[in-house]
Amino acid sequence: MNGIGSEIWLGLVTCFAAVFTQNILLTTFLGMCPFTSVSREVKTAAGLGGAVIFVMTFTTMLNWLAYEYVLVPLELEFFRFILFIIIIAAFVQFVEMVIDRYSPKLYQSLGIFLPLITVNCAILGASLFMVIREYSFIVTIGWGFGAGVGWFLAIIAMAGIRTRLNESRVPEGLRGPGITLIIAGMMALAFIGFTGVLG
Amino acid sequence: MSASKTTRQIVIDGLWKENPIFRQILGICSTLAVTNVVLNTAVMCASLTLVTAMSCMTVSLLREWTPRNIRMMVQTLIIAFYVIIVDLILKAYWPEMSRNLGPFVGLIITNCIIMGRCEAFAGSNPPVSSFTDGFFNGLGYSFVLLAISVVRELFGMGTILGFAMPYFSNPEYWDKWVIMVMPPGAFFALASIIWLLRSIKPKEAK
Repeated sequence: MNGIGSEIWLGLVTCFAAVFTQNILLTTFLGMCPFTSVSREVKTAAGLGGAVIFVMTFTTMLNWLAYEYVLVPLELEFFRFILFIIIIAAFVQFVEMVIDRYSPKLYQSLGIFLPLITVNCAILGASLFMVIREYSFIVTIGWGFGAGVGWFLAIIAMAGIRTRLNESRVPEGLRGPGITLIIAGMMALAFIGFTGVLG
Repeated sequence: MSASKTTRQIVIDGLWKENPIFRQILGICSTLAVTNVVLNTAVMCASLTLVTAMSCMTVSLLREWTPRNIRMMVQTLIIAFYVIIVDLILKAYWPEMSRNLGPFVGLIITNCIIMGRCEAFAGSNPPVSSFTDGFFNGLGYSFVLLAISVVRELFGMGTILGFAMPYFSNPEYWDKWVIMVMPPGAFFALASIIWLLRSIKPKEAK
C-alpha cells in the first residue's frame, strides 16, 4: 500500500479504537466531572457531547500543527501544556463568537456548553495523548474525531440509563455519583468487549 | 466561606467534611487512570498535592493584583507553571516513572480540584492558610486514591508496591481478579469506597 493510503487506513483504525476499545472516558477516565454532573438528561448530554466532538476534532488538529511546527523546531516541547490550554481556550472562545453571530439558534442549544469545555480534561488529554503516541496529522484527525464520538456515546448512554434510574431504589450512600460510577464500570466492561474487532 | 477559618477547621474540611472525592466528586479525571499500581498513584498524588498547595499560595499572593475578569486564565497559567516544573523534575530524575504516568502529569492542569480550591478559597484568603487548605485538600484526595490503588493492586495482582502479599499472591488461595487492574475495576473500586465513606456519616452528608 502506498504512503497516503496506509496513513488513511491507520487513521480509520485509530478512530474506531478511540470510539470503542480506547474510549477516552471509560478507559482513561478523562472528562469524568461533566460526565457525572451533566448526565441527568439525554438532551443536555447530547448537546454537550456534540460540542465535545466538534471541539476535540479541531483542537487536536490545531495542537498538532502548533506542536510540530512551532514547539519542536524551537525545542520548547515542555511548553506544550500552556500552549495547548491557550489554543483550546482561544478556539472555544472563537467558536462561541462565530456561532453567536451567525446562528443564534445553534448558540442557544450549544452555547452554554462551550465554556464548560475549556476545562474538560478530555480535550486537553486528547491532545497530550496525540503527542505521546506520536500520531501523524491524518491519524490525529481520526483520533480527535473518534475520541469525541466515544465520549458522546458514553455520556448519551449514561444519561439514558440515569433517567430510568430515577424509578429504582438505590442504597442511601450510593445515590448520585456512586451508582453513576458503577454503571460506568459496567459500560466500560461492554466497551472493552470490542477489543480485537479490527486488527 | 469566611476568612476567619482556623487551621484546624481547614484541615478537617479538607480531609473529611468537604473531601474533594467522596463529598464533591471532583478531579478524579486525571488520577483515576493511574490507580492500578500503588507506586504510580503515590507519585501522582504527591505531585498533585504539591501543585495544589503551591498554586493556591501563589493565587492568594497575587489576588490583590489579579483583575477579576481574567482570573481564570491567570489561575490556569499559575497551575500550568507548577505542573511543568513537576513534569520536568520527573523527566530528569525518574524518567521511568515519567513514562509510566504518560500524559497524566500534564492533565493535573485541568484537574478540577486545584481550580476549585483556587476559586473557592485562595482567591479570598491569605497565602499561608491558602497553602494549608490546598495541601490538606490534596491529602484528602490522596488518601482516597491510595486506598483505591491498594485495593486494585492487591486484588488484581496480589502485590502491594510490587511486593508479593502472603495470601493474595498464592494462586491456590486467590484467583487474581484481572478486572481490578483494568479500567472497569477503577470504577467499581471508587464507587465502593464512596459508598463506604458516605455511609459512615450519612446524616452529615447533606
